[in-house]
Amino acid sequence: MKVLMFGWEYPPHVYGGLATANYGISQGLHAQGDMDITLCLPRPFGDEDRSACNIVAMNAVPIAWRDVNRDYVSQRVGNIMDPDLYYRFRDHLYADFNYMHVNDLGAMEFAGGYPGNLHEEINNYSIIAGVVARTLDYDIIHAHDWLTYPAGIHAKQVSGKPLCIHVHATDFDRSRGKVNPTVYSIEKNGMDQADCIMCVSELTRQTVINQYHQDPRKCFTVHNAVYPLPQEYDAIPRPDHTGRDKVVTFLGRITMQKGPEYFVEAANMVIQRTRHVRFCMAGSGDMMDAMIQLAAERGIADRFHFPGFMRGKQVYECLKDSDVYVMPSVSEPFGISPLEAMQCGTPTIISKQSGCAEILDNCIKVDYWDIHALADAIYSICANDSLFNYLKEEGKKEVDQITWEKVGAWIRTLYLRTLGWE
Amino acid sequence: MKTICLYFEIHQITHLKRYRFFDIGTDHYYYDDYENERTICDIAERSYMPALNAIGEMIRDNGQMFKVAFSLSGVGMEQLEMHAPQVLEKLQELNNTGCVEFLAEPYSHGLSSLANEETFALDVKKQCQKIEEYFGKRPTVLRNSSLIYSDDIGAQAAAMGFKGMLTEGAKHVLGWKSPHYVYHCAMAPNLKLLLRDVELSDDISLRFNNSDWEGYPLFADSYIDRIARFPEEEQIINIFMELSALGIAQPLSSNILEFIKALPACAKDKGITFSTPTEICMKVKSVGALDVPDTLSWVDEERDVSSWLGNAMQREAFNKLYSVADRLRIADDPGINQDWDYLQASNNFRFMTTKPSNVGLDRGIYSGPFDAFTNYMNILGDFINRVNALYPAEIDNEELNALLTTIRNQGDEIVYKDKEIARLHTLLAKYEDRSEKPAAKPAAKKASAKKPAAKTTAKKTSAAKTASAKKPAAKTTAKKTSAAKTASAKKPATKTTSKK
Repeated sequence: MKVLMFGWEYPPHVYGGLATANYGISQGLHAQGDMDITLCLPRPFGDEDRSACNIVAMNAVPIAWRDVNRDYVSQRVGNIMDPDLYYRFRDHLYADFNYMHVNDLGAMEFAGGYPGNLHEEINNYSIIAGVVARTLDYDIIHAHDWLTYPAGIHAKQVSGKPLCIHVHATDFDRSRGKVNPTVYSIEKNGMDQADCIMCVSELTRQTVINQYHQDPRKCFTVHNAVYPLPQEYDAIPRPDHTGRDKVVTFLGRITMQKGPEYFVEAANMVIQRTRHVRFCMAGSGDMMDAMIQLAAERGIADRFHFPGFMRGKQVYECLKDSDVYVMPSVSEPFGISPLEAMQCGTPTIISKQSGCAEILDNCIKVDYWDIHALADAIYSICANDSLFNYLKEEGKKEVDQITWEKVGAWIRTLYLRTLGWE
Repeated sequence: MKTICLYFEIHQITHLKRYRFFDIGTDHYYYDDYENERTICDIAERSYMPALNAIGEMIRDNGQMFKVAFSLSGVGMEQLEMHAPQVLEKLQELNNTGCVEFLAEPYSHGLSSLANEETFALDVKKQCQKIEEYFGKRPTVLRNSSLIYSDDIGAQAAAMGFKGMLTEGAKHVLGWKSPHYVYHCAMAPNLKLLLRDVELSDDISLRFNNSDWEGYPLFADSYIDRIARFPEEEQIINIFMELSALGIAQPLSSNILEFIKALPACAKDKGITFSTPTEICMKVKSVGALDVPDTLSWVDEERDVSSWLGNAMQREAFNKLYSVADRLRIADDPGINQDWDYLQASNNFRFMTTKPSNVGLDRGIYSGPFDAFTNYMNILGDFINRVNALYPAEIDNEELNALLTTIRNQGDEIVYKDKEIARLHTLLAKYEDRSEKPAAKPAAKKASAKKPAAKTTAKKTSAAKTASAKKPAAKTTAKKTSAAKTASAKKPATKTTSKK
């Protein structure tokens, strides 16, 4: 089965959770054996893992005719695309886009990531998708998140092939209900046009059904998974905190959606009662200054630390050095980070308003607003070794069973159903 | 002739309230009064009363032929006393017919049999006393919480003077043997064992209303037929369940009471009788010993204690709880003893299970095992603090026991001496009466009331002597302990003295 997939970011150039999920899904689908995946990315760097899918660099696809020779093409974009593919695309131009900002190859540049002119880039992406959709051969279209929905719709209109969209987040999660109308309209349009909507959790599925008024029969829950820890990270030792201060960690963007203020308030309650616990709020975000201020106001700044943004190995070192990982998200479509914490053997507390709560049993779930319950759970893990050990061992065992291969198999089934082949 | 032994368990726990760790040390009340009242009233209304009424009718209609046994946990009885006394009245009424037997079980419905022999013995004794108070007869047959049994527990039960014990007819223990005989404990030949027929019991208590079950619908005549078809030698059919199975697990709308009511008549047709556990233990001889090296119970597929002690959290809670058992028994503080009963209830541990179970588990206010564990450990933290605060920690159990025994003995001695003084005074008064000196009498009486610790020899009462009499009482303790400890020991000692 041939799949034309539209993505926005891909490891190792990670901007948000979307890259990890996209990578996992492609790998999981590839593991099914009979999948031929073409993934379109706005601005690949050439160092992406291409074992699971062919990557099409959208910034090297011509949308206006230029008479360039093969050597020049090879020299310009050879590291990200096969020159022959360039000529195949050039044979399928469908309109004159010379009025746009095209370069010497007739292609458009992308800034990559999430720049200020995001809406413009989304539009450009969908224009280029028209060329790709006319050139390649595929059975089904799969678009990841709202940025690529317009491209997906375009491809569907050109080819008549069914469109699956993957909802990694909705604007309702990001804005606590106060949606951006432009984003909402793009999301809604994508969902209306889709033949199959894959949501990362039942929570998201309900949002899609109720807030975007979609037919429940075409909405399916496809939970995310997590990759086994690389050897390098797995080998990081867990420091023994017996008889010393316990460490409780929050790790993520410090924004409204993640509920950092509930973490500070719970920390305050714990510190008032017991002295042998330290709190760590790793990450950065728009609410960071407010949180530093809040911690100072509560008078707990001596035991409440802000180590700042972490990447790569630092994340795992931090997780392994923690006795409790807390994710008090107000609204989390899925949330892969608790799964990573559990892989590290760190007992985890998550909010019931997180999508991953639907598939996890060996972690403590509390309502994000219930700071008493949160504080109680933190204290309990720090004070009772049996609970700590149980969550550490059983949590790891549980999360090891959640693999992208299983997700891939489920997505393949959904493809077959959408195509009517099954 | 075949006989059916029908037995119902009546037990409800005292629900614990939401107790955060901030409450440790500030709040010593652990119970959810609203939830307690709500559940017990609901169960009494939907299950206990209708079921007991039905049983009352059955006894009335069938004369002395229908018999039944109950066991009530002490904590359950307390709940009933408080919120649904009509259930206890009804039980007393049934007791008067003479067709009902009440069994012994641990007062707390706890797991003390697995932890501490003396605590277990006390626990059972306390319940027996309560049963005797209510129903006028001391139980002779024991059933442990959730039918927990092993050879050791059996031996202990025999040592406590019980004739028989009820337990589970678990496949892994019986093997090829049938539960329809009386067995005896491998370590105590005098203790008879009645084994629950798992299938016949569960057909009623678990499956009666399940329309997917192939035996659905179950009728009394076919049920009794099944019993009648057992080989002639298999004579004892033990059907044990919770009373709440009639009405809660199997709703009244399933006509379960009509089914139960029809049983005696159907049994009579087939020549099957009903017996109480004691009757069986008296009449029927054991066919052999039953080896139970590992503990068994009537819960879950495994029929062992894994639903209470299956994971590390449950074991930690259990060990922490019983770590203070000896201290508590020695201290014998009424307030703490009451909390001790409620905290021991096995249900508290069941809430923490992480085992998948095909029988639905209602965890009450807890959202999951971790929540249940956290809440229980918070309460336990406060409780253990209170136990430790009773007496200084540096006095270990043995020493404390010796001290308290001394104090108690002295108390007893003082009581004895008081009586002796009173006796001698009356004697003296008589003599004085005879020698016609009535004026001296009231003066002597007054003096004696003031000096309670005086020795028997202190016939002549003087202030100086009383003071000296106090000293030797304290001295006995001082011999055993160091000077620092004597101070603390003296306090309660003098207290008791001053009370008397």
